[in-house]
Amino acid sequence: MIWQHTLKTALRGLKTHKSRSLLTILGIVIGITSIILIMSLGRGAQDLILSQIQGMGSLTIAILPGREAKSPTDVAQTLSDSLKEKDLRLLENKANVPDVKEIIPVVFGAETATYQSEIYHLTIFGSGASMINVFDLHPSEGESFSEEDVRARAEVVVIGSKVKEKLFGTDVAIGQKIRLKGRNFRVVAVLPQQGQSSFVNFDEVAIVPYTTAQQYLFGIKYYNRLIAQATSEKYLNQAAAEIKETLRQSHNITDPDKDDFNVQTQADIASRMKSVTTVLTLFLTAVAAISLMVGGVGIMNIMLVSVTERTREIGLRKALGATNKNIMYQFLTEAVTLTVIGGAVGILLGSVFSLIASILIIKFGGLAWSFTFPWSAAILGIGVSAVVGLVFGIYPARQASMKSPMEALRYE
Amino acid sequence: MEKEKIIEIKHLGKIYDNEGAKTEALRSVNFSIHHGEFVAIMGPSGSGKSTLLQILGLLDPATAGQYLLFGKNVDKLTDEEQASIRNNRMGFIFQSFNLLPKTTVLDNVILPLVYSGKPESDWESLALKAIDAVGLNHRLMHETSQLSGGEKQRVAIARALINSPEIIFADEPTGNLDSKSGAMVMKFIQDLNEKMGHTVILITHETYTAEHAERIIRIHDGEIISDAKVENRQRATGELKK
Repeated sequence: MIWQHTLKTALRGLKTHKSRSLLTILGIVIGITSIILIMSLGRGAQDLILSQIQGMGSLTIAILPGREAKSPTDVAQTLSDSLKEKDLRLLENKANVPDVKEIIPVVFGAETATYQSEIYHLTIFGSGASMINVFDLHPSEGESFSEEDVRARAEVVVIGSKVKEKLFGTDVAIGQKIRLKGRNFRVVAVLPQQGQSSFVNFDEVAIVPYTTAQQYLFGIKYYNRLIAQATSEKYLNQAAAEIKETLRQSHNITDPDKDDFNVQTQADIASRMKSVTTVLTLFLTAVAAISLMVGGVGIMNIMLVSVTERTREIGLRKALGATNKNIMYQFLTEAVTLTVIGGAVGILLGSVFSLIASILIIKFGGLAWSFTFPWSAAILGIGVSAVVGLVFGIYPARQASMKSPMEALRYE
Repeated sequence: MEKEKIIEIKHLGKIYDNEGAKTEALRSVNFSIHHGEFVAIMGPSGSGKSTLLQILGLLDPATAGQYLLFGKNVDKLTDEEQASIRNNRMGFIFQSFNLLPKTTVLDNVILPLVYSGKPESDWESLALKAIDAVGLNHRLMHETSQLSGGEKQRVAIARALINSPEIIFADEPTGNLDSKSGAMVMKFIQDLNEKMGHTVILITHETYTAEHAERIIRIHDGEIISDAKVENRQRATGELKK
């Protein structure tokens, strides 16, 4: 049997029952649309997260207290106080870590800031004087605090653009005092608007010397993070290794499995985030795939009706010389044509929806989102819908092919 | 010299088993049909003549006896071989036309070619020739639902002819037609036999229609009651209106 003829017959059959065909493929359309939408948005989210992690600077190494989390419920790492001043001093010593250019401690916590009658809940970010360089922050007004301020536990603060706006409006902030935990902090600098970058939104923070934050705000002796900068990208891994070695010596650890800290480079974080978004996308895709199954059952149902309706036609074709195989291919082609058309419509709709979603995200989310046509998802979509047609079409097609020509011709 | 036997049936029987209710439709039927013959199988409804046609046309197997087609026992043929014989060596004309709905005259006539393995490039010219033979050139691209009964049956004849089969089965071909259209169809069928040399097996319940054949096999309650040459053959005089 010639394929073109089979396809032509299939299309004619579908055209004869336009609205029925349309309703039949709806399940497939919905399934493929959601898969395309999810895969496209998942991809966009992944790109966005990765670009933000890259915004952290490719030379950055983060040192976190506690061992590496073994599972999502493993909270050991966030509850640990293993990074102490002694560690900082050792890491500041170039002899221990020749490939580390800069090391700064970070402490953070939530706090309420007040200025006159204005109240704002913000994140306190306690850090060293060199954080301006490490995080690439350039105050738009004033100057950040110095090493001297850090040593003296000065009560000075650098505020993000949103903090400035909420507390001071259009007034001058530099030189004014805001209250944090009952103490007055002098505003020395204001940061320009940055948007979300890496793990902190610097628009919504108040940066103070880490010594001040430890002593007066949080009452702790440890650090939440140590952020190091490698001398060059080439020595990034070496720098990370030196840090680990130094900390192990400092903590008297011989077995790396018993580390009470963990060192992450940007690449580690990127790969971790990537696997998170991939798993999430896969999970959502699997959910969408269920609608494909339901759609497939719909196809099977309608094909069975069609086989019964066309019993006479099947008998006639057999009388004229069609073999069982010919009849089977005819009905399979019809099922696959249906699902592939459904798949194509789904790809179109999915792409349009994800394009609209990206536009909305860019417009209202203020994120650097980019829309990419998910080619791989489109090819997958067509493939999957063809397979659905084959799988759910095979039973009705077999039923059709098994009909005896005489019985089929006698059927009224 | 006697002509080649193309159909030979011996003690053919058919029992329908409808969920335990057995009906004997044919009982020990014997006859032979030679190449180029025009045979009518005649009997009232329920006589078993349609069952016989279905068995002869390889649409349904017999339950007893032997059927030799072109010298071969049909029991030994696979489904594919039977389909191929139906396609290449048999043509069917049905009482109710059995044309594909919503399909043009041309595509209906092409249908047997689709399963024939003949190159697609030849399909249209073969179909045009067959349609020309039944005088329906002007209806080529019409859908079959737009045709009159007589025209529909002529499409069916063109379809039956397309693979130049040796045997043409006509099952009550005039049953759904007015007498004028019926006469024209009978003229075609007679021409198929006399001018083109096809073996024709006609099933009918009417003596008048049966008398267009050269031999009548009468069947009653599943048994042959007579098998004789027609003395005064009817000549179909249907005129083709172009």
